[in-house]
Amino acid sequence: MSDIEARVLKAIAETQRVPVDRVTVETPFEELGIDSMDAVNILFALENEFDISIPDEAAKQIRSIREMVEGVEKLVAAKPAE
Amino acid sequence: MRRVAITGIGAISALGSTVREFWDALAAGRCGIGPIEQCDASSLRFRHAAEVRGYRAADHFEGKKLDYIDRFAQFAVIAGREAVAQAGIAWSDELRERTAIVTGACVGGQTTEDVGFFELYAKNNPRVNPLTIPRVMANAGASHLSMEFGVTGPAWTVSTACASSAHAIGQAFQLVRSGAVEMAITGGSEALFSLGHLKAWEAMRVVSPDTCRPFSRDRSGMILGEGGGMLVLEPLDAALARGAEVLGEIAGFGMSADAHHLTQPSAEGAARAMRSALRDAGVDALGYVNAHGTATQVNDVTEARAIRAVFGDRVPLVSSTKSMHGHALGAAGALETIATVLALRHGVLPPTVNWREEDPEVGLDVCANEAREVAVEWGMSNSFAFGGLNAVLVVRRA
Repeated sequence: MSDIEARVLKAIAETQRVPVDRVTVETPFEELGIDSMDAVNILFALENEFDISIPDEAAKQIRSIREMVEGVEKLVAAKPAE
Repeated sequence: MRRVAITGIGAISALGSTVREFWDALAAGRCGIGPIEQCDASSLRFRHAAEVRGYRAADHFEGKKLDYIDRFAQFAVIAGREAVAQAGIAWSDELRERTAIVTGACVGGQTTEDVGFFELYAKNNPRVNPLTIPRVMANAGASHLSMEFGVTGPAWTVSTACASSAHAIGQAFQLVRSGAVEMAITGGSEALFSLGHLKAWEAMRVVSPDTCRPFSRDRSGMILGEGGGMLVLEPLDAALARGAEVLGEIAGFGMSADAHHLTQPSAEGAARAMRSALRDAGVDALGYVNAHGTATQVNDVTEARAIRAVFGDRVPLVSSTKSMHGHALGAAGALETIATVLALRHGVLPPTVNWREEDPEVGLDVCANEAREVAVEWGMSNSFAFGGLNAVLVVRRA
């Protein structure tokens, strides 16, 4: 598991208040009780965790936790070097 | 038109988290005012408030639900649970559809907003929490109550500053009385203790540096409070038919606008609302007035003048329970209506505590410092908001 993946799963678990071992890239949103408002809240947590800005269009496309991880990886890779 | 019974009450305030604690404190004349704990008050010109102390939200709400509900809406739900449990309602889908929820709130979830804006402006965090909007909205209390009990009938929130929940209860009363609904859950809640908001009150120069001394000549201003109060209303006949315990009746409701000034109250406006409520209840005298009684210089003399004008040579006993539970803004009308219901029910009029000195401009018997045992059939609860919007409820003993 990459560092980014681990941090994404941890952010989701904390936001949903579930144990982190219940969250994998394969876990469906429904299984964690993630509704549309929760999803927005998770995106907020990810933006804070990685100091990224997730565009609305990209956010709308996300259908799974795997896509969240991939999306974050892309945005982190695109960040200007400090 | 139908008579309207109160069959459930719930209260959380500086006096405790249940109606029993609320009443025990009121009857004993115990003041809930103390040092401000929810934020650092060291930069304020006042240091005291009537906060709900020892409160742990996690004792009342589970898991992520906590993240979705501001303290003010939590108080609405907690008071609503107590009121609904006492009423012993047997919910059916039909009853849920024929039940209304009308809540009052003045500043809504502004402590949540304060936290978000502090992140943005002071800590340069470019992002504000997405739960801010659903937590801040003033109707959150009504929305959470509807979900809590599965109530699908009319539900909304009234915001008229310090009169919010009195207007809410009055509207719910009218709905039940007219037959528009068969039941209502109504009241209000408030949780206002953020430094930003307290600074705005400081600037108004109406908050006491000391404590709340309504109607006392040496009064020095209001003391801010928080909490929630909820009532269950239903037609008296239906309540009796199902064997519910009737705690009292809402018998009349009067409203008026001063059309005068944003912050200076008018005795004429207050008197118009009181007369309107008496007319609505079909009575011309009563035994007890739970006053708006904020303990500002101007409110107390203006209200006293209005009370004397309305009742002439039959001026009732008066007290301000704000001296104990503080001024809970959007929850004030509900807490004070509940105090009035309990006063009539127990035949004990709660005192105006912290009172020290007769004010010749007041000229009322304000039950100074000690409760009075008096059997009273009819009582009144006054709420006069900033902005000159007045709401008065008449309560009848069961």
